[in-house]
Amino acid sequence: MIAELGHYMLVLALGLAVLQAVFPMIGAARQDGRMMMIGQPAAYGQFIFSLAAFASLTYSYIVSDFSVAVVARNSHSLKPMLYKISGVWGNHEGSLLFWVVFLALFGALVAYFGRGLPKSLRARVLSVQAMVGVGFYLFMLITSNPFERLPNVPFEGNGLNPLLQDPGLAFHPPFLYLGYVGLSVVFSFAIAALIEGRVDPAWARWVRPWTLLAWVFLTTGIVLGSWWAYYELGWGGWWGWDPVENASFMPWLVATALLHSAIVVEKRDTLKSWTILLAIIAFSFSLLGTFIVRSGIITSVHAFATDPERGLFILMFLALVIGGSFLLFALRSDKLQAGGLFAPISRESGLVINNLFLSVAAAVVLYGTLHPLLSDALFGVKSSVGAPFFNLVFGFLMIPLVMIMGLGVHFKWKRADIKGISQRLKAITGLSLLAALMTLYVTYGGDIMPVVWMGIGIWLLLSMLQELSSRVKLGQVPLKDSLSRLKRQPRSSWGMSLGHLGFAIGLIGIVATSSWSLEQQKVMRIGESMTIGDYTLRLDDVIAVAGPNYSAVRGIITVTGKDGASFMAHPESRTYISSPMTTTEGAVETTMAGDLFIVIGDAQTSGRWGVRVYYKPMQVWLWIGSTIMVIGGLFSLSDRRYRIGSPQGKKAAGKKNTRSAAHAI
Amino acid sequence: MPFKRFLPLFIFAGIFVAFAVGLTLNPREIPSALINKAAPEFSLPPLQGDGIGLQTADLNDPDHIIIVNFFASWCGPCRIEHPALEHLGKTEGVKLFGIAYKDRPSHSLSFLKSLGNPYAKIGADLKGRNAIDWGVTGTPETFFLKDGVIRYQHIGPIHEVQMEEILAVIKELQQ
Repeated sequence: MIAELGHYMLVLALGLAVLQAVFPMIGAARQDGRMMMIGQPAAYGQFIFSLAAFASLTYSYIVSDFSVAVVARNSHSLKPMLYKISGVWGNHEGSLLFWVVFLALFGALVAYFGRGLPKSLRARVLSVQAMVGVGFYLFMLITSNPFERLPNVPFEGNGLNPLLQDPGLAFHPPFLYLGYVGLSVVFSFAIAALIEGRVDPAWARWVRPWTLLAWVFLTTGIVLGSWWAYYELGWGGWWGWDPVENASFMPWLVATALLHSAIVVEKRDTLKSWTILLAIIAFSFSLLGTFIVRSGIITSVHAFATDPERGLFILMFLALVIGGSFLLFALRSDKLQAGGLFAPISRESGLVINNLFLSVAAAVVLYGTLHPLLSDALFGVKSSVGAPFFNLVFGFLMIPLVMIMGLGVHFKWKRADIKGISQRLKAITGLSLLAALMTLYVTYGGDIMPVVWMGIGIWLLLSMLQELSSRVKLGQVPLKDSLSRLKRQPRSSWGMSLGHLGFAIGLIGIVATSSWSLEQQKVMRIGESMTIGDYTLRLDDVIAVAGPNYSAVRGIITVTGKDGASFMAHPESRTYISSPMTTTEGAVETTMAGDLFIVIGDAQTSGRWGVRVYYKPMQVWLWIGSTIMVIGGLFSLSDRRYRIGSPQGKKAAGKKNTRSAAHAI
Repeated sequence: MPFKRFLPLFIFAGIFVAFAVGLTLNPREIPSALINKAAPEFSLPPLQGDGIGLQTADLNDPDHIIIVNFFASWCGPCRIEHPALEHLGKTEGVKLFGIAYKDRPSHSLSFLKSLGNPYAKIGADLKGRNAIDWGVTGTPETFFLKDGVIRYQHIGPIHEVQMEEILAVIKELQQ
């Protein structure tokens, strides 16, 4: 009954979405206020109904109603409650439902907070948002109904994969989806602006927080996924350039570019059609990430072969949304007037170069991801593009990006004084050269690229710190004044500094861990020792342990560092009772200098055990850096100029801005 | 320049075409690294008793097309493909061997007892080490050999509707 109710709610939400898509759009074209007004209540209603549908499905999971096909396939009565709930969105049908709920929520938020927007713009934004929603509702109802019942109800569910029962995995997909859906709002604003034929700083002021929000979610989602892979999969890897990862990385790159180009639109009223294009591309990548990867068209086309109806629908939907938007862009983007001019060396051009490299990076990832499919489809050749390709291209492509990042923050708007800046950066450039030389000395005989990268990473870090200290006039005014200046920095400046500092820290970690990792494997008897880097490990004992739903072997290992201090490590290899599956619980000793990652494997013959050890230098810097980046994003998001974007303040701010924009043109 | 503004649309159109073609491709055609290579060296115990159940030498039979099927009693799709295997086992000029993958011999035996045993010989790959050498992606998986060389690989169960396809492959190998 509950499942049928959810199904019905979904149909009602579809109905409201159709209303929301059609009438405000017509109303905006005819300047008919009453027709435009329909958008708002429709958006609220659509959200409530889709939420009700989601709640019904969640209920079916909680009570383990295996007559619902999705629940039977993906849940199990013995699953912990947390994973029963996370199972709701952990599959194709449920993730789509999750998507539309947030699509509808964001639509409702625009309807509520957008009361200060020009009426026709808001109507059009809501309409576009609903059009995307209609596509999703139809897709679900026609090909992937989450409420489908099974004719023969099984006694038990099918989904108890222990590897997937991990908080990292339970929460990283929803963050990614939130990021994807957040970009839908940006997309709706872009399409509405194209129809409207105008983009102004007020528009950018609306688009930027949504981009920021989406970016924060995307970053969190990607990092959580990477973290899960690192700790849970037990092979010491955190990024493999596989299609699923790439699918989330592409929208991230474009969202990052958009984040920066929207600043130019907001502050300088230029780069408009480029920003619009980025907004469309960012959402297109989100759709690609949602559909194509979930359906497996890139990795293997299994899902399509079993269900060609689904594949055809997805293809048509993508053609309509992405193709339609690009067509609209081609026809309408000349309406957008370019604004202020700027010199070749200026904050603006720094941001343009940043955009250029980020877009090329996204294009490279797209190429690498689609290459196997393209070569197969067009030339009938099976091939694959592996991590070496990406590492090589990114290794070079990112150098100019990071350089412009370190320089650009010192640039002023309109025109920057390159001489003065290089003068100021002399000291830190010297320091980073020194650091690079020291790295060369320590790693002598190894590759040269990591040395170059280490120097660049440290230079970036120092450059960001110098920018922050020059902003608070550290050393030029008394320390107390500097501190009070620091306190008065607007949150968006904090966001900028933290975001970039976090990136620099993460970058240093990435360089270290991907260049100088150590790996050792040994089949050990009890009492035997092995050495890795500065550590010596002795296998003291191996004991059998019983967990709540698994049995495990646990290694008792004494690790001795270079300084003679020692500690115990207890890696486990677990075998779950309910499904014949083994997972590794590596023992990880984390320090700022590096992670020691110990994994115990299967029992070999005659009392010997396979032990794998990794040393991952500065791995934790990656997690710290990306966390700081996310915090930076949150700081920017809470900036005053967005907070006063609440209903009452918005009107005045918006008006003032359109006027000043008119002056600029 | 108007062309520039159409560029994103054109690029997308290209990708779209690739997707559309991709939809029509057969995903089961995953190329195996071992195609046209000799079968890996192995020697597996039988399901019952001592000695050798199946070994590399068994595959070098000039008069027959050799089919090696990885199966397990715990694998649902293996039950689905069982009628197809019975059919193949009775086909002229073909020898069907089985490798029980990560399965308790007693379970494999009762599986074959209840469904029928289509295999001429069976080896037990208790730890799945042998399957790694063959590049097996999962059960069931079926290899077709001629003169000890792997010529074709079928991933997943052989459905009744695919029998014609499979028989065509065997015919081709026989020539």
